[in-house]
Amino acid sequence: MDTAQLLIELGAVLLGLGALAHVAGRFGLSPVPLYLLAGLAFGSGGVLDIAAPEGFFESGSEIGVVLLLLLLGLEYSAPDLLDQLRRQAPVGLLDIVLNGLPGAAIALFLDWGVPSALAMFGVTAVSSSGIVAKVLADLGRLGNRETPTVLGILVLEDLAMAVFLPVLTALLATTGAATTVRAILVAVVVVAGVLVVALRHGHLVNRIVPREAPSEVLLLGIFGLALFVAGVAQAIHVSAAVGAFLLGIALSGEVAERVRPLLEPLRDLFAAVFFVFFGLSTDPSALPTVLVPAAALAVIGTVTKMATGWVAARRAGIGPAGRLRAGAALVPRGEFSIVVAGLAASAVHPALAPTAAAYVLIMAVLGPLMPRIADQPAAWLVRRAERKGAPWTQPSSGTGFTTT
Amino acid sequence: MDIEETRLPGIGLRHDFVVRSGQHIGVVSQTNGDRELFLYDRADPDACRAVLHLKPEEAATVAEFLGAPRVTERLARLRDQVEGIATEGITLAAGSPFVGRTLGDAHVRTRTGASIVAVVRADVVQPSPSPDHVFQLGDKVIVVGTDDGVEAAARLLADG
Repeated sequence: MDTAQLLIELGAVLLGLGALAHVAGRFGLSPVPLYLLAGLAFGSGGVLDIAAPEGFFESGSEIGVVLLLLLLGLEYSAPDLLDQLRRQAPVGLLDIVLNGLPGAAIALFLDWGVPSALAMFGVTAVSSSGIVAKVLADLGRLGNRETPTVLGILVLEDLAMAVFLPVLTALLATTGAATTVRAILVAVVVVAGVLVVALRHGHLVNRIVPREAPSEVLLLGIFGLALFVAGVAQAIHVSAAVGAFLLGIALSGEVAERVRPLLEPLRDLFAAVFFVFFGLSTDPSALPTVLVPAAALAVIGTVTKMATGWVAARRAGIGPAGRLRAGAALVPRGEFSIVVAGLAASAVHPALAPTAAAYVLIMAVLGPLMPRIADQPAAWLVRRAERKGAPWTQPSSGTGFTTT
Repeated sequence: MDIEETRLPGIGLRHDFVVRSGQHIGVVSQTNGDRELFLYDRADPDACRAVLHLKPEEAATVAEFLGAPRVTERLARLRDQVEGIATEGITLAAGSPFVGRTLGDAHVRTRTGASIVAVVRADVVQPSPSPDHVFQLGDKVIVVGTDDGVEAAARLLADG
């Protein structure tokens, strides 16, 4: 390949992505939908055909998924996950089922087949923890009493992903009921096993890399370990993403704290590459035909997330206004819907990838507006409750999270 | 005062409590060191009415302002708590011979049996000052000892 052409095109693409990220930052938006649009524009059938760096983008996007999930895992510890599981398991289950089913139903309705239905289940089920956390921080809602409930649901979704992705991978990689069931069992056992090891013997994993090691040792060590673990996970059909996620969970304490700022810039680079690559490999001419199902899913997905948040917050003793805010906060979908779609893309119905892209374009742009839109009705609920004189909560009663 | 601690997965920790005036306040400590100080709304107790986002060094400054006078308060309370031990804050007035001289020069402990545990200057507490600490006009010298000892120390610091 012509090196000059590769570098020029790659540089131009990255430069363009930098400009898009800057624009997104100015408007307080997630850059993910803009990266997707860029990918759609540059790919085959788009306005500009950039062919040279395709090889780089292909490998880069695999690394992007690994890093996205590794850093997500690094944010949580195994006790965090178990803690949320104990507190909100029923709500977590409701969230996944209520939000996943519409996706699966549409795929079955359009006759895309079972694997596509399972993939669409994942695409619509999972909120974007990145966008949700950012919106909550931007709106100054980290202190709100419904916020722990919202964050808890995000944690449970990530945990559900750790079970869902291996099942999806196994289903896509095997043919025949018996081998599929066996692959799924292997996947579930591995995930459960790793979680137990992380919980009981997490300190051993943290000793693989000496914590006082210089930065480059830590960076190369953990990055290499993540790729290796992801590769092994992929080989046994557990999916590379889940391998990286589980490693992130197992790493904790000082190693996790030191390695996070080292890996974040790498994650930002390769995650951008991943989203662009997804856009590149999606045919933009298919977008208009999938716009109707995607828009329908967006409307249903907004309603189901609002309902999930309402139920979860009420269960935690939050008032009506807070329940509304919790639901609205959960609406945005983003990176993980694309991760699921990207994982499935080659083995499922060709309309799935454009549908997922259109769905995320809508939900990542309009989703963050929901918490702002919900403010008016929330204020109305507060006034109504005041008129009725109904003190539905006491400030320090039963959020279910007290440890004092 | 009942302080509630809540984990915010992926973000940090929240502490909140109701102060005596009935206002409900809290602090979010993010893992990156940022702090958020907030006041809950009275009508909607789940929401925050005011939020203050502080960088780590700003949070430290606020903590210092809130913390310094409290040390003095606590010392003052000590007097009531431990029988036989007296604590006194002695302000160095204009006539004191020790203005401009060091703490060591005063030989407070040898001459009175009372100890100087802190010096407060312009609301900044300096605990355990060293013997070469130079007194200034207006310094509040915190002395701990027996009733007689503290009284003697007050006389010594005032008149030499």
